[in-house]
Amino acid sequence: MKNKATKMLLNATYLLLLISIIRLITGATDLTSVGTASAALLLSVPIILAGLGGLFSERAGVVNIGLEGMMILGAWAGGFVGSKHGPWLGLIAAVIFGSVGALLHAIATISFGVDHVVSGVAINIMAAGLVRYLSTILYQGGSWPGPSQSPDVNPISVNGLPVLSGGHFFGWQSPDILTPIAEKHWFFISDLIGIIRGVTGDLSYVTLIAVLFIPLSFFVLWKTSFGLRLRSAGEAPVAAESLGVNVYGMKYAGVLISGGLAGLGGGFLAIVAANHYQENQIAGRGYIGLAALLFGNYRPGGILAGAALFGFADALQLRDSASIRALVLLIAAILAYLVYRNIKRGKMVSASISAVMAAASVWFFFAVKELPGQLVTMTPYIATLLVMSLASARLRMPAADGMPYRRGGLR
Amino acid sequence: MKRLPLQKIALALAAPVAAAIVSLLVSSIAVLASHKSPMLAYKTMWEFGTQGGSLMEAVNSATPYYIAAIAIAVTFRAGLFNIGVEGQLRLGALFSAYIGAMFTLPPVLHVLAIFIVAMTIGGLWASIAAYLKVKRGVNEVISTIMLNSLAVGMTSFLFAKYFAVITEGSNNMTTKELPESAWFPDLVPLLTKLGMPEIQGASVNGMLVIAIALGFIFWFVVNRTRFGFELRASGANPIAARVSGVNSKKMTVVALVISGAIAGLSGLPAVLGETHAYNMGFRSGIGFSAIAVALLGRNSAGGMAFSALLFGFLEVSSRALELIDIAPETYVIMQGSILLSSVIAYEVVRRFKLTLQSKELAKAVTA
Repeated sequence: MKNKATKMLLNATYLLLLISIIRLITGATDLTSVGTASAALLLSVPIILAGLGGLFSERAGVVNIGLEGMMILGAWAGGFVGSKHGPWLGLIAAVIFGSVGALLHAIATISFGVDHVVSGVAINIMAAGLVRYLSTILYQGGSWPGPSQSPDVNPISVNGLPVLSGGHFFGWQSPDILTPIAEKHWFFISDLIGIIRGVTGDLSYVTLIAVLFIPLSFFVLWKTSFGLRLRSAGEAPVAAESLGVNVYGMKYAGVLISGGLAGLGGGFLAIVAANHYQENQIAGRGYIGLAALLFGNYRPGGILAGAALFGFADALQLRDSASIRALVLLIAAILAYLVYRNIKRGKMVSASISAVMAAASVWFFFAVKELPGQLVTMTPYIATLLVMSLASARLRMPAADGMPYRRGGLR
Repeated sequence: MKRLPLQKIALALAAPVAAAIVSLLVSSIAVLASHKSPMLAYKTMWEFGTQGGSLMEAVNSATPYYIAAIAIAVTFRAGLFNIGVEGQLRLGALFSAYIGAMFTLPPVLHVLAIFIVAMTIGGLWASIAAYLKVKRGVNEVISTIMLNSLAVGMTSFLFAKYFAVITEGSNNMTTKELPESAWFPDLVPLLTKLGMPEIQGASVNGMLVIAIALGFIFWFVVNRTRFGFELRASGANPIAARVSGVNSKKMTVVALVISGAIAGLSGLPAVLGETHAYNMGFRSGIGFSAIAVALLGRNSAGGMAFSALLFGFLEVSSRALELIDIAPETYVIMQGSILLSSVIAYEVVRRFKLTLQSKELAKAVTA
């Protein structure tokens, strides 16, 4: 395990070095600025929560395409309850609404054996319709400013690490040592410090909770007997049942936890990432969370890596299109590495495809001076596709994932 | 295995009837929640919806749903799920409007050429998902969803930047209007000749004929040809299909590309029959409603025709709800609850049938 950790640290260092070089070449200082890192974390959180939601459900053997719909329900409830009773109650309502969506999914798939993908897609369609209906009614009743937008929700307070990142504790405002270093634009050092400052300062308390859910999920799923039973329901339900595990119960638990987490992710988008609910706020993040889960090979740590990637792409996209242009150069560098690896392994066809794509990226970088807005918004989706296509080959999903299970061997 | 025909009929009807009752209950609760009478709501919808003009609108609304639903059903039958119809049809519609306006051909040929453009674009876009699935093992549900978002971004970019012409004194952006040879004729003149009473401002999109033809072709190919059998086999049991010589990777690619090509066509009723161009008002969400239509129609040609018409009818007739101060969006509640309850009801009936069969079998063995 130690070896693996060192290797990961080394890879991360290489990646950061590469990004620093690209920042120097292109002058896209936003690539590693405090603001970008902070926004990336903020935008990773909903994807982390959706991914963890997917983790609980799929480890119990239920494919959950309905994450998107559960996030929609959560976001709506967050805006609805949050604007009336404050942000924390809004988040609790988001969890409850997400779980209600999950309960539907659980009843359909576990009790009635409906195809998991069919039920999930049906829930997504229904959730989107339901919140549109409810929002319209609230707007017509005069309590909402628009048929697709809730009133504003009060913000949740933020904090940061003491001394280093300007946190505040018991009325004491600590200094903020890291920000000035990050703004010096020193090679590598400022990049590293900028990212550290971004993810340790001005954090919403909900962000902290959400990030803590990652080790917590690992602990629950791999270090408790509940987790073992839940995973056994997803790997070998018949064997689990014969050993006395309540497979239906475990599957219900997994799906309900899944919906609660996804609902929280939706509520986070409405309350913390924005300050009100808005239609289409989720915009496919449930599916991206699922992609992060697959990218992370059904493990919590992998989900974090995947979510960070998408959060980074999303943050750059929102902040500055010049950085996206710089990102193209990063892709070219990664492709160049693939060419090298493929040649070493003797895969000439793959190598030449990668080489052509790398050349195209470099050409694109020099030919296009400014990216139009409509294309910049596509960044997270392109990132998802690219990452999925690189990661999917080595997946190991739970053995009975997606299969309808019926007690007693009936079909 | 003799069974009373009465029982057979009851079993066949059980699921749709149960789903209809549940969805009526759910929508009644929704109407009650806004302090209105559900009975009045249904009566208003029925009276408005069954007028001749409304019925035609319902059919026009159902036509693209049906074509798109067939596209989804093709993948469903092969054990795949193309959620990317929305993106495929948008790109198809934009490119066929743009390319179709660049040349003139004799009337029928021009329309055919545009069909080919739409199908090529839709098929090409879907082939990305096919490539990712076969070569890289990427789940097609996720890749087609991502491709949807990409397609929406790309169409709005290409449209605004390159394809749209801005007419003086108007701020509605649109592509160049198609020459008349590319217009798909309306069916109303024909129908009046056949004895339909004349209705003010009536219109029946001619693409209805194409939709019906596609329905027949879909039914025939899937149920009556070797290709259809292989398609269904690779969906029902991939391992058995592979053992008996069906190349499941090839089937995946073929199913997704055909699906994309048909999806490309589903954007054309608007482009060829209504606006004769691609403009900012292009209806969004057809591809998502079509998923519901396909699921509700159980991926069969007849079932999907029924559910497409039902969705069209609900959409059009719910407009009358505004007159009695109920949100017309009630129809999305109706559509959603019908969808979910029917999906469950069919599964319950299937299980009930299985139990019944095994009981009969047990009886036959012991007797």
